[in-house]
Amino acid sequence: MPDPAIRLEDVSVRFGEKRLAFDCAIPAGSAVAVAGPSGAGKSTLFNVIAGFEKPASGSVTLFGEDMAGRDPADRPVSIVFQDNNLFAHLSAADNIGLGIDPGLRLDAAGRRRVSDALARVGLAGYEKRLPGSLSGGERQRVALARALVRRRPILLLDEPFAALDPAMRADMAGLLAELHAETKSTLLFITHQPEDIGRLAGRVLFLEAGRILLDAAVEDFLSRLDPPAIAKFLGRSGS
Amino acid sequence: MLFARAERRMLDIAGGLALGGVVVFVGAAIAVLLGHAGASGGGPLLDAYIGRVARFTLVQAALSTLLSVVLAIPVARALARQRGFPGRVWIIRLSVVPLGLPALVAALGVIEIWGRQGVVNDLLRLAGLQNSVSVYGLAGILIAHVFFNLPLAARFLLAALDRIPPEYWLSSANLGMGGGAVFRLIEWPVIRRVLPGIAGLVFMLCATSFTIVLTLGGGPAATTIEVAIYQALRFDFDPERAVLLAFLQIAVTAALLWLLSLFGRPPEEGMTAGRAIRRFDGRRRRLSDGLVLLLFTLFTAAPLAATLVSGLAADFGRLAADPMLHRALATSLAISLASAVLSIAIALPVVLVPRLAESGDAGAATRLMGGALPAVGSLILLVPPVVVATGWFLMLRVLGETGRFAPFVVTALNALMALPFVVRVLEPAYRTHLSRTARLALSLGVTGWRRFLHIDWPALKRPFLTAFAFAMALSLGDLGAVAIFGAEGFVTLPWLLYSRMASYRTADAAGIALILGVLCLLLTLPSTAAERPTERPRPDA
Repeated sequence: MPDPAIRLEDVSVRFGEKRLAFDCAIPAGSAVAVAGPSGAGKSTLFNVIAGFEKPASGSVTLFGEDMAGRDPADRPVSIVFQDNNLFAHLSAADNIGLGIDPGLRLDAAGRRRVSDALARVGLAGYEKRLPGSLSGGERQRVALARALVRRRPILLLDEPFAALDPAMRADMAGLLAELHAETKSTLLFITHQPEDIGRLAGRVLFLEAGRILLDAAVEDFLSRLDPPAIAKFLGRSGS
Repeated sequence: MLFARAERRMLDIAGGLALGGVVVFVGAAIAVLLGHAGASGGGPLLDAYIGRVARFTLVQAALSTLLSVVLAIPVARALARQRGFPGRVWIIRLSVVPLGLPALVAALGVIEIWGRQGVVNDLLRLAGLQNSVSVYGLAGILIAHVFFNLPLAARFLLAALDRIPPEYWLSSANLGMGGGAVFRLIEWPVIRRVLPGIAGLVFMLCATSFTIVLTLGGGPAATTIEVAIYQALRFDFDPERAVLLAFLQIAVTAALLWLLSLFGRPPEEGMTAGRAIRRFDGRRRRLSDGLVLLLFTLFTAAPLAATLVSGLAADFGRLAADPMLHRALATSLAISLASAVLSIAIALPVVLVPRLAESGDAGAATRLMGGALPAVGSLILLVPPVVVATGWFLMLRVLGETGRFAPFVVTALNALMALPFVVRVLEPAYRTHLSRTARLALSLGVTGWRRFLHIDWPALKRPFLTAFAFAMALSLGDLGAVAIFGAEGFVTLPWLLYSRMASYRTADAAGIALILGVLCLLLTLPSTAAERPTERPRPDA
């Protein structure tokens, strides 16, 4: 059996009084929705995987390699946030180019890769545009294009749809599903919307109060009536 | 509609009084100066002198600005990057202190450290270097100006860097951007945007700096226009030259204000909260950043510490029995209290009448005042205090005793000097307060005094006290207006300190400087220290 893309063993993180604990294994190539009430530790889980947060104990293993002491840039991970993914004073092409060379020294081949990536996310010809002149959905597409050129096998999306209106959410989810199928990358995304889970995910991690409450296939998750936190998330409480 | 009928009438009267009072006060001074200017001939000798003074004024201001702003960049970057640096909060608090310190006290502190008997020259001698650094002249002026403005510029830059979206730092770490790339692609674009405003402000402060140049420069080779005015009036008694210099000063400040308006306002200092800022590019630079912060702390804290140490060594028993000190202290407190009250009294119509003029049924007079009063609020930036004081000095000289009228002129001048600051504190506070409460208060019929007592004062207590405290501190530490009028019967605390320094009674001077410094910091620090909320990382935002 191949190594899982992500394996967290007895990982714990402390925030003052609060203690978060994670233990899970995510197979390579899967698309996983990370859900749960706010404050449950979803972003912290991402921070641990991406290397922004150093666990107090336990180990983080990505594709069989222990990540202890590895800088965020040296991990096989790209991350996209809800907002502010793009440097506002740099053009779309420069923002994507940073994914090829973090000092922004690109040759002709690099610039071609940037244009190809823009075209792939449906923004052909947008090279010179500044983020301020793009819609929220277009900005997120540019961020995805940057993740594409980085070619890291794990993609973390921290509420990538939260700032978008419903039509754009559906578009973005469709684009993500296509890219996931093409690149075979391992995709994790945080969401508050059950419909995003149905559109995109094969598995669901449900977090509550700093631990993983449930790790299940998406069909199983969506039909659950318990525990109460999950029923509430799916809109089935109080009825 | 924000005001009741009776309130509108009151505001119209107050606005008229404020506008008329300030215009007459400043206008009379300028009229007197104009009258004198007609009598003067000039001559090539005078032209050469004035040219030299004007050149030095601009050169020292340019060098001070360059040094302050360029050195502020590494300090701000280190503070922005090292979020967990031990004592970081205290370094930021320390950088507020020079702002509240009278220039004279700071100059004394700079002499203690950089002067002939100072620590720096002791160290140089230990190292075997004989050529000691001289604190008098251009070098001393630059050191003192950097002491004031480097922390100011660093705080503005830090605020700008802290407004960078926190996700940028996560993205840059994820992308693996190195220190050079982070500076070039993230920090520099932000710094470049705020730099012209900061540099313009610092240049303005340095070009009109009086006390620093008076104490550390002053020779013919190191004199600015303001100090030259003072010397022309008080030493050479050459009113014609003083008048010529006064108009030169107005021309220079007018040009500077015009340039400043092109650059835009200095950036806001406000903090944006939201997601906690976490920097990943600081780990490898802890050593170099630590060194930068250590040097900055030493540079800023050393003159303060020296003021404290030599002040405590003074003979306070003798000082306490000194009737001169009692008189100076009483005079300074009375003038600073009166000028703070006057400043706020003028500021209220400056802030409120423009709001009154916004409503549809405002009369022509109200509209006119609404347009003119904000300009009155910053008139003193265009016509510096030393210039107005010169006009009044020449006018009152004709009447005989200048000393008798001095307290009133100095009080009015100090009030005008504080006015731009007082307005900047009260204006935004009143604006939000009125938009929240004015209509409700009107509909309930709570107007006039009752409105002030029950609705305005409880909500606006903090900005009022902040403005009052700063206006008092500014007046307490002011030497410029007093220096022009300084007479036998009229002695303030800074003037006493200055004359003790001039007569080499250094122990007394150190004691008085400590008293003055502590008084001013007691007034200014409480409101500045309480601003910052503590930063703590939170799980899951």
